[in-house]
Amino acid sequence: MTLATDTTSYGWQVEDLDTDEMILNMGPQHPATHGVLRLELRTDGEVVRGVRPHIGYLHRCFEKHCENVDYAGVIPYTDRMDYVAAMGNSLGYALAVEKLMGIEVSPYLQVVRVIIAELQRIASHCVAVGTYGMDLGAFTPFLHLLRDREKVLDLFEWTCGARLLYNYNWIGGVSHDLPEGFARATRDLLREFDAVTFPELMNLLIGNKIFVKRTAEVGVCSPETAISYDLTGPNIRGSGVPRDIRKDQPYCGYEKYDFAICLGQGQFGPLGSCFDRNLVRALEMAESSKILHQALDALSKMERTPVHEKVPKRAKPPKGEVYFRTEAPRGQLGYYVVSDGATFNPYRVKVKSPCFTAMSVFHVLAKGMMIADIIALIGSLDIVLGEIDR
Amino acid sequence: MQFTYRLIESLYPGFAGWPAWAQIAVAAGIPGVMLFLFMALGPLLYVYAERKIAGFMQDRLGPMRVGPYGVLQTLADTIKLLFKEAIYPKGVDRKLFILAPCIVNVGAFMPFLVLPFSSRLVGADLNIGLFYVSAVASLATVGLIMAGWASNNKYALYGAMRAAAQIVSYEIPAVMTLLTVVMIVGSLSLQTIVGAQGGGLQNWFLFRYFPVMPVAFLVFFTAGMAECNRTPFDIPEAESELVAGFHVEYSGFFFAMFFLAEYAEMVVISATTSVLFLGGWMAPHPALQSIGGFSLGPFWLVAKAWFLVFIMMWLRWTLPRLRVDQLMHVAWKVLLPIAFVLVVVVGGLLTWPQTADGFPWDRYVGWPLSLALLAFLAYVMVAARRWHGRRVQELA
Repeated sequence: MTLATDTTSYGWQVEDLDTDEMILNMGPQHPATHGVLRLELRTDGEVVRGVRPHIGYLHRCFEKHCENVDYAGVIPYTDRMDYVAAMGNSLGYALAVEKLMGIEVSPYLQVVRVIIAELQRIASHCVAVGTYGMDLGAFTPFLHLLRDREKVLDLFEWTCGARLLYNYNWIGGVSHDLPEGFARATRDLLREFDAVTFPELMNLLIGNKIFVKRTAEVGVCSPETAISYDLTGPNIRGSGVPRDIRKDQPYCGYEKYDFAICLGQGQFGPLGSCFDRNLVRALEMAESSKILHQALDALSKMERTPVHEKVPKRAKPPKGEVYFRTEAPRGQLGYYVVSDGATFNPYRVKVKSPCFTAMSVFHVLAKGMMIADIIALIGSLDIVLGEIDR
Repeated sequence: MQFTYRLIESLYPGFAGWPAWAQIAVAAGIPGVMLFLFMALGPLLYVYAERKIAGFMQDRLGPMRVGPYGVLQTLADTIKLLFKEAIYPKGVDRKLFILAPCIVNVGAFMPFLVLPFSSRLVGADLNIGLFYVSAVASLATVGLIMAGWASNNKYALYGAMRAAAQIVSYEIPAVMTLLTVVMIVGSLSLQTIVGAQGGGLQNWFLFRYFPVMPVAFLVFFTAGMAECNRTPFDIPEAESELVAGFHVEYSGFFFAMFFLAEYAEMVVISATTSVLFLGGWMAPHPALQSIGGFSLGPFWLVAKAWFLVFIMMWLRWTLPRLRVDQLMHVAWKVLLPIAFVLVVVVGGLLTWPQTADGFPWDRYVGWPLSLALLAFLAYVMVAARRWHGRRVQELA
């Protein structure tokens, strides 16, 4: 490239100009990294040449702590992993230990657990989709969705007294039974969600042309990449791979419910883009609503059983190990629990976290993007740092 | 100035006996102070309005605690910002750091000088008024770049570079569409431009030369919105990407000054758009121009400007943000060609024979068609919303 003006007289040449790449440090305190993620971006102007994510700012030795408390004492720790969807975490752990101990909870409790888990899925996706809009500059859908999340949290508070970290799913049961009138309140909530919030979200955010332009060709993750990096949950379904533990290995009686696996369609661009992942989350909220209606119907026909009936006084599973995975809102959440059969503490608890694997594909997808797309990509992977770092 | 002079004289007959310098000082000072109050206290109102509008759109209340319905909230915020410490981070270029918000404010406030509020209430009716507005408004860019550079922060630098690229790009289609108005009127004076739109709604430039001027209005307003860095064009600030862009290191009163400038710029752009396309201080019907000899000019200008400000706020709380390359695409590949075509078409139309009332097409076809188009657009918006709602229900 040559300039028309001869700059020699100013004492510099165009060739001498410094064109190094610049390191831009994004996070750990940054409004769009969804917690304390730190990204080291190698930028060339607006284009990102490479990215190195740094995790571990929220590491709290969760797995080591678990070896020093008894089996029931682990549950509050699991709540603090994915703090946006705490119910899903404790459910996975409770089911894993129940499998180890050979406890089978009553059908009534299974339905209760499904209701709570699906409500939590709606609440969690409300945050995921809402903050995704906020990352792209649309503030209003976030507050509309948060309004509905608050109602779900109100239901949880009514049930167990806590709004964020519940300690609800116990080994062999749940901490509190659903209160009287819970079903009606839930149906009211769902009616409003289906009639108002969901169409509003589709109109205002997902159907918006700027939103589509910003997301539809960004962060494309092919099905092969998604499988090889072990993406799970809405991330892999966004790439068009129908993988859902609720269908593949049903737990809590999920096989009784009629619901569809939402898949990315690639309507506006290549399959597996940020748009697809986000759309899957939005549609999953509607599917969860469907499951909830069925579960509430089933609940109305059931006899209540005591919720603490099978809760052991102090859990002491036989010697052995177990791996159990559930479909948490952010994907496949697996618990590997080892018992030595001699003490009341687990010998080892290892968590396979969906956000961690989603984070591992991040540097692959982020190469060659623009800075604004990096934000779009983080939001579409929907990571919660508490679960990555544990 | 003569207007205030005569007004004071009629109220206080002894005024003519004052020394000449005192007369000038008082007669020029009163409108000056009024204008300054309008500029400086306006943002208090706009910020409150913005927060209330945002609250309304987001299904919440907005500020409610300070004063009845939170009306004193912005005042409280201003006092807080005034008393906060101005922090100079390590490695900032202090002189530029302090100078930058001042220059941004100069650029934002100086256009008020030529804005005509009524036939007589105008700071200075320059014969190059429009040129002055576009020239002075660009000063703000210099301030933004200074702020970004002086902050010694990579985010601020990114914000400044984006601001420079964006404002310079959008200046071109904006000025090109200004040219169409200037060609029709044959003058750069804002007062003359307003005068050419007198006599009612149908003479506003928005409704003339259908479909040329409506398009020019849209191009100018879009470009203007981009120039004052509002969503969907707020990439220089881009809260979620660059944290706060060029003013990321500013605190206390300096931050307040950037804030003030942003709102002042919004009003400048809206008022300029009203003057150019919506008849400025002219009423929609001549009968509404004054009540009992008291001119309603300022009311009409402010009403039109605030309506456009409301539209800006509406868009801000509705739309996501564009990406840098998409932003440039809009400026260079969409708005600029349209603006060029508009200039050529208006030039062509002007060479045709005209009647005393201007272009005959306007009177009989132009403005009825424009109104019909507006009605059609409104209908399309409603219909699209309904259609979309049905689609969503099918999807769900």
